[in-house]
This record gives sequence, structure tokens and C-alpha cells, in this order.
Amino acid sequence: MLAAPRSDTVTEEHLREMARTVRRRDLQVVHGAKMGHVGGEMSAIDILVTLYFAVLRVDPSRPDDPDRDRFILSKGHSAVALYTTLAQRGFIPLEQLDSFAQPLSKLNGHPDRTKVPGVETNTGPLGHGMPVAVGAAIAAKLQDRSWRVFVLTGDGELQEGSNWEAAMAAAHYQLDNLTVIVDRNRLQQGAGTEHTLRLEPLADKWRAFGWSVEEVDGHNIGQLLDVFSRVPFETGKPNCIIAHTHKGQGVSFMQDQAAWHHKVPNAAELATALQELAEAPA
Amino acid sequence: MTQLYDCRDAFETKLRELASADPRIVAVVNDSVGSSKLNQFGQQFPNRLINVGIAEQNMVGVGAGLANGGLIPFVSAAAPFLTGRALEQIKADLAYSNTNVKLCGQSPGMGYGELGPTHHSIEDLAWLRAIANMTVIVPADPVETAQAIEVAARTSGPMFIRVSRLPVPIVHDDGYQFEIGKAARLREGGDVTLIATGVLVTRALEAAEMLAAKGVQARVLNMSTIRPLDTAAVLAAVAETGGIVTVEEHTIYGGLGSAVAEVVVTHQPAPMRILGVPGVFAPTGSAEWLLEHFGLTAQGIYDAALELVAHVPLAEA
Repeated sequence: MLAAPRSDTVTEEHLREMARTVRRRDLQVVHGAKMGHVGGEMSAIDILVTLYFAVLRVDPSRPDDPDRDRFILSKGHSAVALYTTLAQRGFIPLEQLDSFAQPLSKLNGHPDRTKVPGVETNTGPLGHGMPVAVGAAIAAKLQDRSWRVFVLTGDGELQEGSNWEAAMAAAHYQLDNLTVIVDRNRLQQGAGTEHTLRLEPLADKWRAFGWSVEEVDGHNIGQLLDVFSRVPFETGKPNCIIAHTHKGQGVSFMQDQAAWHHKVPNAAELATALQELAEAPA
Repeated sequence: MTQLYDCRDAFETKLRELASADPRIVAVVNDSVGSSKLNQFGQQFPNRLINVGIAEQNMVGVGAGLANGGLIPFVSAAAPFLTGRALEQIKADLAYSNTNVKLCGQSPGMGYGELGPTHHSIEDLAWLRAIANMTVIVPADPVETAQAIEVAARTSGPMFIRVSRLPVPIVHDDGYQFEIGKAARLREGGDVTLIATGVLVTRALEAAEMLAAKGVQARVLNMSTIRPLDTAAVLAAVAETGGIVTVEEHTIYGGLGSAVAEVVVTHQPAPMRILGVPGVFAPTGSAEWLLEHFGLTAQGIYDAALELVAHVPLAEA
């Protein structure tokens, strides 16, 4: 029987320390490979770490366990954050991270489920995670199984219509075993989401589509733990967590800067970033 | 008079039969319950007919998710919308992710006749054939449709199967065994080979009869798997009959004719004629009328074969 890690072994402090480790490793990997999407990776890491180390019922030694919780990274360009989290959680060897983006590496610029244990579906093009998550959640209901489905989307990604097709279906099928987390960092590739194509009022949109919505600080581990512990928020309704985040969180010169969507830190920038992350209070 | 069949009936009957035996089999539709003839399936398995509404991208993604959850989804919708609207989902969520989802493209080709080119699906084979890891199947009659559905259910991986509405006679006898990637030789002949797919196979057989009356012995192949293509059957046709006429209810760009030509020009160049829709949007007309219009008839195939044979060098004795 799969179980989430026991809460007494997963303290907020431990999770914050893990998030710091994942951030540092992520930046090193991106620097080494000279590619990656550090902005959106830094914004998502607290969510990923909280999920993998405190919420998801998964077993790295049995990544295909039929009763596992499913996590889908719809914003597939944050692959390095996922790979690093999976490595820290034991799904792949830590040393494999250095192969990221190298010829023939299993760690492609976007995740490939056929090559990386723990990856549920191949993402990269945006707006693909939600429909697959809806299907997996329906499969649980149809078979009367207790696994849950979590999907992390970007906010700019919500401009893709396929998300809203899936949102309608999730409410119609009363998928309270499905949780979407919106990484609301307010920036997309070149500019702010509200400048590019307005998303607000975002919570109201989800509510209008029949979802139960909560908003949290996506960098506050305590708030994340609390909100995940309350899923499902309402019986018979799918769950939406709008996680307010910052692109480049944890590194002063990256934070909230659209340019750091996929800019690669040079050696000096990496050193400064690692220093800042090391000195930040846990 | 020869009895004619709508292949959708064979599809629906077989799917219900399989679903009765295997609880993992589910159907996913985009409000296309009637057009997929799945009403009875829905009555028998109300929870296992998942209607996602008119939303094809979500439909295909949901199929991938259901497969992730251990089910065997048959995603069924009108072929033009299933393939064209959800092409990126087919590529990323099914083919690249290697998920066990079966796409059933209903009423493909010009089956929707007067509804026009928006509703015709004459690009589907080119689109799906271009995607790695996809299996593309075009059954010729109800016997083969039912067998293809059965094989799909027990074969892991993403597949696309055309399910035609155009009335066709049965061309395969009871002993026929559909196999993925294997052409069926329906008639022996050494002068030319007619390679047809789908509902046009019966017309190729008629053309072969007409050719025989002229003293031309045509081999007829039912190429029901477009990808992976039976290259051995193609190369044998070249070696043993000298020339090939391909026939498909599809644009001549990228479908069966192109697939056969790729093999022929690479391994054993030989004269070919490629019959299909010649790169245009169809004018208004019924499905039958459009097939006539584009020469996708026994007469059209006969004419092309005779013209080809006149240009094929005599096989060396």
C-alpha cells in the first residue's frame, strides 16, 4: 500500500531545506547544459518539493505501481526542476542530472515518460497536461480506485483552450480526485500575462467552470502543506490551487524578470545565485 | 444483388463484444455517439462511454489519461475532427508518450459527401503516417474492420483505424486473418499490381475482372496497414508484375500511393500510377458521386492499369 511520507518525518524545515537543494542543483544543471528555463523552475520548486516529499503517494522503487498518485508537469519546459526533484526523491540517480540535454541523454529538454521513471506523460507543447490528468482521474473513478491526480500548469499556459475543455470535463465528471496547481508567477515568455493576454479574474474563471478554488503563497511551504491536506475541498468538485509565485524565486537578480524565462546563468551569475541561496534563511 | 455493409456496424458490434469480456475497454467520444453508432454500447455500458462533449483536444488527452490509468480507450469521432483538431495531442500524448490508445476515425475519406471538404478526411493518412510510433490501419470491409478492432484491443500502443460509412460488400472470406503490417493478396496476377486500401479494395477487384477480360492479369493487394507498410509485398509486386497502381480515398499527397512510391523508388524503381484525390478540395456532391468524379471507380482503376501496362517493359523471361 502506497502512502505519503509520514508527516512527523517531513517538517516544514526539512522541505524548505530540500527546496533550497533542488534550486541550487537546478541552476548548476542549467548552467552546465547551457540551456533550461530557470525562471519558471524557481517558481515551481516549492510546489514540486512539497508534492513529492509530503503529499504524493508514490514509491520510487515502483514508479509504475497502478495505485500511485499521478503527478503531471504540464509546464514541461520546467523539466530540470522535475528531474532534480525526481532525483532527490530517488526516482533517478542524482549523477544522471549532469547528462541533461547532452547527446543521447534520457533527460531531454522536455520530459519523456518512456525514458524517465516517474514521468507520466510527455509534455512540452502547452495545454496538454490537463486533459491527460482528467483521463487519469476518470480512470480512478471508473475502477473505484483511490489514487489522486495532480497537475501543475503555468499561468500563461492557461491561454491554451484545451485547458478549458478539460476544466469543463473535470467539473462535469465531478473529479474531486483531481487537483490543478496554477504556478501563478504572472510572467510568460516575453512579458506579463496580463499584458500579453489577460487571465484575471482567474479564480473566478475556475469557479465559473465548476471548480473549488483556493489561493496560496506558492513559496510558503506551510500554506502548501495545509492546502494539499484539505484536498478535496468539496466533495464532487475538482480542486484548483492558485499558487502565487515569483519567477526566479530565491535569486534576487532573477526574481520577477521576464528575461530569466530561459536565460542561462554564466559562471559569475551562478556563483552569486548559489551564494544567495546558501545564505537564505531556511 | 451483393449485400452492402456500413463498417461502423461491425465496429460497434465488435467493440461491445470485447467490452463484455474485458472491463478495461472504454469508449471516448466528442458527442459523436450517434455518428460512431455507439448508442447500444452506451446502453450496455453507461459508465464506459465517456462523452467529453465537442472538444477533440481534450478527448484525445483524456484517452491518454485513461490509458495511464490502466484502461484501453477507443477514442471515436468523425475522422476529420479527430485527426485535424487533435493532431498535436495525437503526436505528443499518444505517439511520443507511447500510450495504449486506439483512435477510430469514423466516416473517413469523402464519406460525408455533400457536407463538403470541412467534413472530408482525405489528409488523415498523410498526417498520421508521418508521426513516429503510430500504426495506421484502413480496413476494407466489415470483416476486416471487426478483426482490426480486435487486434487493436490486444496489441499495445497507439493506433489509428479508419471506420468507413460508405456501403461496401464483403471482400474477405471467413478464413481471413488480419495482421498489422501485412497486405492481403486477394487476386493473383503477373502483369500489373493494383494496391488498394479501404473501401476502394472492392473496386480494385472489379477492375481486375475487367482487366482479365482484356487478357491482363492483375494482382490485387489490400494494403490495410498504411504504417508500418508491408514493404515485402510491394517489392514482390514490382519484381513479379513490373508496375503498380495504387488506389485510395485520400489525397495523392502523402497517403498510400506516397508510401508505396517511397519503397519503390528507394529499392526497385518501377512505373506507378497513384489514384486518389488530386490535391484539390472536392466540389459539392455525394460520396459516391465524388468517387466517380475523381475516377476512383473500377473503370478509373482499369483505365490507369491499362495505360500503365502499355508503358511497363516486358518482364524478362
